[in-house]
Amino acid sequence: MSYLEEFQERVNKIEKGGQAKYHQKNEQHGKLFVRERLKRLFDQDIDIEDAFFANCMDGSLPSDGVVTGIGKINGQSVCVMANDSTVKAGSWGKRTVEKILRIQETAEKLEVPMIYLVDSAGARITDQVEMFPGRRGAGRIFHNQIKLSGRVPQVCLLFGPSAAGGAYIPAFCDIVIMVDGNASMYLGSPRMAEKVIGEKVTLEEMGGANMHCSVSGVGDVLVKSEQEAIEYTQKYLNYFPANFRKKPNVKTPKDSKKLEKRITDLIPENQNAPFNMHDLITHIIDEDSFCEIKKKFAPEIITGLARMQGKSIGIIANQPRMKGGVLFPDSADKAAKFMQLCDAFNIPLLFLVDVPGFMIGTKVERAGIIRHGAKMLAAMSEATVPKISVIVRKAYGAGLYAMAGPGFEPDCCLALPTAQIAVMGPEAAVNAVYANKIQELPEAERPPFIKEKQEEYKENIDIYRLASEMVIDAVIEPEQLREELIKRYSIYDSKNVTFTERKHGVYPV
Amino acid sequence: MELKASMAGSVWKITATHGEAVEEGQDVVILESMKMEIPIIAESSGTIKEMKVAEGDFVNEGDIIAIIE
Repeated sequence: MSYLEEFQERVNKIEKGGQAKYHQKNEQHGKLFVRERLKRLFDQDIDIEDAFFANCMDGSLPSDGVVTGIGKINGQSVCVMANDSTVKAGSWGKRTVEKILRIQETAEKLEVPMIYLVDSAGARITDQVEMFPGRRGAGRIFHNQIKLSGRVPQVCLLFGPSAAGGAYIPAFCDIVIMVDGNASMYLGSPRMAEKVIGEKVTLEEMGGANMHCSVSGVGDVLVKSEQEAIEYTQKYLNYFPANFRKKPNVKTPKDSKKLEKRITDLIPENQNAPFNMHDLITHIIDEDSFCEIKKKFAPEIITGLARMQGKSIGIIANQPRMKGGVLFPDSADKAAKFMQLCDAFNIPLLFLVDVPGFMIGTKVERAGIIRHGAKMLAAMSEATVPKISVIVRKAYGAGLYAMAGPGFEPDCCLALPTAQIAVMGPEAAVNAVYANKIQELPEAERPPFIKEKQEEYKENIDIYRLASEMVIDAVIEPEQLREELIKRYSIYDSKNVTFTERKHGVYPV
Repeated sequence: MELKASMAGSVWKITATHGEAVEEGQDVVILESMKMEIPIIAESSGTIKEMKVAEGDFVNEGDIIAIIE
């Protein structure tokens, strides 16, 4: 055999990945081969691949079960690591880990996004001494991720299992996209759970994609297929710069989508009646530009990326249609991470406020709503990107604070004429202040008394009174909101602020 | 399918009765909590087989409100 023939034979063998039976098994589950995934993810195939020959002296472990390299998405170079589940179920050996470490370190040097295509059973226990505990062991993958966090975007596409320690790869990414039915995350498998703690549970219940995207919040986006996961990634990255030093690219501006109902007709005057906040978002952003994150998790707060006149913005909006738009521990947690994400990559923030406050009661107090709420306030307060707060309707209690109220240095706090800012709503306030007095009154006199006091209260918190006191910066005609926001973001673009000087804050996590 | 309360509150209005067909996304019950109207929405289309609550009842988060089949 000539040198060239030997080379070609080796390349052909490695490119095929593991045994045919594993390819067939993947196909049955709607899973693509790792090299096909990369072909679809990149504008054109992978541009550079290193350590293709990793572990080639062992004929059964092509590329040691992981592809690492660089390709382009939307014209931007990105680093990628992609498990090959046809090679020992995508498990990690010594060289697998070293390959992952090297591509992460490349992403750090080049300051380009790092993408993880995860489909792995975890560590090869037989190789543990070489790949688990040491300086260049698997722990360092997470160390590198933590270091990369906020420097470059990190995205995880979860196509299969992400087990035990491996489950921390998604945990340290900015966003985790999970394929329903195939993707899973868990520290111990159902089999292990039964043996060790005696719990009988299915994989789907314990660590399935739907569970993680709606209950635990470890997953962000639930998709039906690998193709959908890939398309979401391409769309998502469009809103981001390559690294924290840059601003996101400006895309072709589009008008907003024309809806049947005007903003004025959309927002009920009765502060307690629900409406769909998504309709207001549609009114003010470029058509079809909304990229929602954590749609199924804590839906009482909406978080998503969008464009206004082609420029990226991050939207945090209360959703009165779900749980009244009240803030819960999970909603605060969701909003906190999203604000950190946008602030890290210079994406301005927009708060659309219609919030009755934080939830009260035993259940949420025991769940630590105070520290979760504090986390949201801290993330919002620390964000130094342009921040605009729009009071759509009510902004009660600490809800005002958490949604970038005037005390937290938003660049401006705007109000629609339907806005109402107060410690609490009129009903609750009158009850709190006049409880004893109401009790003393004969029953017949109570309703007129309550009504009178509520009217007095409403006058006291009237939005023009607050405008007169300069609590808010402007009252905006609802149909002019989009134009006003576009103008202001364009002017605030030159904002250059350092929050404060210190090593880092002590986070109320 | 069990329709559960999304948060603690009292049952303010029942908008679909026993035996009635409901569409996905339709309000079945409206709770009152934190002074807000909280619609509890059918997650899939079907018929109300059983209504477990009456107007004025207190429900906790996760309590079953109705069974839809």
